[in-house]
Amino acid sequence: MSPIIDVEHLNYRYPQQPADELTLRDVSFSIAAGEWVAIVGHNGSGKSTLAKNINGLLAPASGTITVDGQVLAEDTVWDIRRKIGMVFQNPDNQFVGATVADDVAFGLENQGVSREEMLTRVPAALKQVNMQDFATREPARLSGGQKQRVALAGMIAARPQILILDEATSMLDPRGREEVLATIRQMKAASDLTVLSITHDIDEAASANRILVVNDGQLKEEGTPAEIFKHGEDLIKMGLDMPYAERLKAALKRQNVQVPATYLTEKGMADWLWQLRSNK
Amino acid sequence: MMNKLIFGRYIPGDSVIHHMDPRAKLLLSFYFIGIIFIANNWLTYLLLFAFTFLAITLSGVKWSFFINGVKPLIWLILFTVVLQILFSASGGHVYWHWGIITISQLGLINGAYIFCRFVLIIFMSTLLTLTTPPLELSDAIEYILMPLKAVHFPVYEVALMLSIALRFVPTLMDETEKIMNAQRARGVDFGEGNIFQQMRAVVPLLIPLFVSSFNRAEDLATAMEARGYQGGEGRSKFRILKWHARDSWATVSFAVLTAALIFLRA
Ligand SMILES: Nc1ncnc2c1ncn2[C@@H]1O[C@H](COP(=O)(O)OP(=O)(O)O)[C@@H](O)[C@H]1O
Ligand SMILES: [Mg+2]
Repeated sequence: MSPIIDVEHLNYRYPQQPADELTLRDVSFSIAAGEWVAIVGHNGSGKSTLAKNINGLLAPASGTITVDGQVLAEDTVWDIRRKIGMVFQNPDNQFVGATVADDVAFGLENQGVSREEMLTRVPAALKQVNMQDFATREPARLSGGQKQRVALAGMIAARPQILILDEATSMLDPRGREEVLATIRQMKAASDLTVLSITHDIDEAASANRILVVNDGQLKEEGTPAEIFKHGEDLIKMGLDMPYAERLKAALKRQNVQVPATYLTEKGMADWLWQLRSNK
Repeated sequence: MMNKLIFGRYIPGDSVIHHMDPRAKLLLSFYFIGIIFIANNWLTYLLLFAFTFLAITLSGVKWSFFINGVKPLIWLILFTVVLQILFSASGGHVYWHWGIITISQLGLINGAYIFCRFVLIIFMSTLLTLTTPPLELSDAIEYILMPLKAVHFPVYEVALMLSIALRFVPTLMDETEKIMNAQRARGVDFGEGNIFQQMRAVVPLLIPLFVSSFNRAEDLATAMEARGYQGGEGRSKFRILKWHARDSWATVSFAVLTAALIFLRA
């Protein structure tokens, strides 16, 4: 199967940067339809820049980006943007509409979708993110998590094939974060959505199919969560908060306890601890 | 500090006035300000007041809101009224005279009329803003400006700018509050000292507010573009305005009012 996103030798430089400096250097990867891929890396490593290149918000210095068979260029950029929904970090700064329903409709209005169609799609999308009772609310009266769910409803209504989340949960409290993630999982289950999620949240990265590690504008590593999490404490250097089970493992290792080298989930860790003494 | 602002504050309600088409409300409010100038005797002013009171009663909004609408302007009104009394052409019985200053019967009457005009205009515009959500007003303005498309005025863009500006008012107010608290924690005194000290205290408030607004604007522009915004042309509309029978009736009532004013004026 051909990949839904294909990035080849992407280089990017911000206009105000000196000519010999690049924000993204020779980045290549591809993503299959239906995959959930997490992108991790330090602040300032170029993750947002990469995301903005994929839907043409920024134009690369060189390299090719292909989305769903279309090569990103000036005449295909609006088609490609239709295929990609993007949710950003700050819940307030992406809320365009004066009310919840208006905001969900914003993307549809841009596509020139008829009003009759919007009147069915907007409430359906709000229902899917469980915000149907808030349709006439103003953003000032919503929590951060609710605003992000409205942003997701805007994506659902516009029906993209790819969802890019740029630290979409990083400004939320744990409950808001869980609600938003649950909504995304449910969206992914409902349609064959491809998810590209930039995150510092280890749990979110752990549930991805694949993790891409970006460092200083380059793609440093890619692999399954199990492969990436083997790096243990190096994870922090990669811009991830280490998971609780891994922190415990590192602490045990310092106490000269023999620990398994493979990645353990919190439950797996509990089971292993449980049997640690009895197996001896 | 911020919530004392009456102008532009919508009071949710379920009255006929609330449910009127904002275009009708906006246009008729302007029209009302025009026909106030037809009135020139007690009877016509009485009629205008009766009409305004009827409209206010229909809206179900508490009277205190309208009185509060007049309060901030009361000195301006009284100043204008006093000028009118002292310097307008004298006529009728002259009560007092000194140099160019005259207090005459006509002057007093004119002063009273001016006062009535101010109060009527404030009551009607307060009624408009209290019963119409800002967003609907911005929709109404969009429709009313539509003819300007002929001269390539960017009507859609202006309407979207207006609605985004309105949407960000509470966000920026929250932010102001936060920055004020942060600066207070660093020892800045707001609202204390003489006028220069107070102005100086505003600087550490305005600079972070501007910086953050520009950042927000940048983020918002990115988000809008990512969602396919390419300018006003070719967009469909989710929110539409509907003209109902009640709007036609309101218009008819204004026509009747105009006819009565012309009939009753001196
Ligand atoms: N608009 C911009 N103009 C110039 N440089 C920028 C701009 N946005 C980001 N950068 C720089 O590009 C680098 C990567 O930024 P970014 O992609 O936002 O990183 P991340 O999302 O991984 O934190 C940083 O060094 C940052 O300072
Ligand atoms: Mg970023």
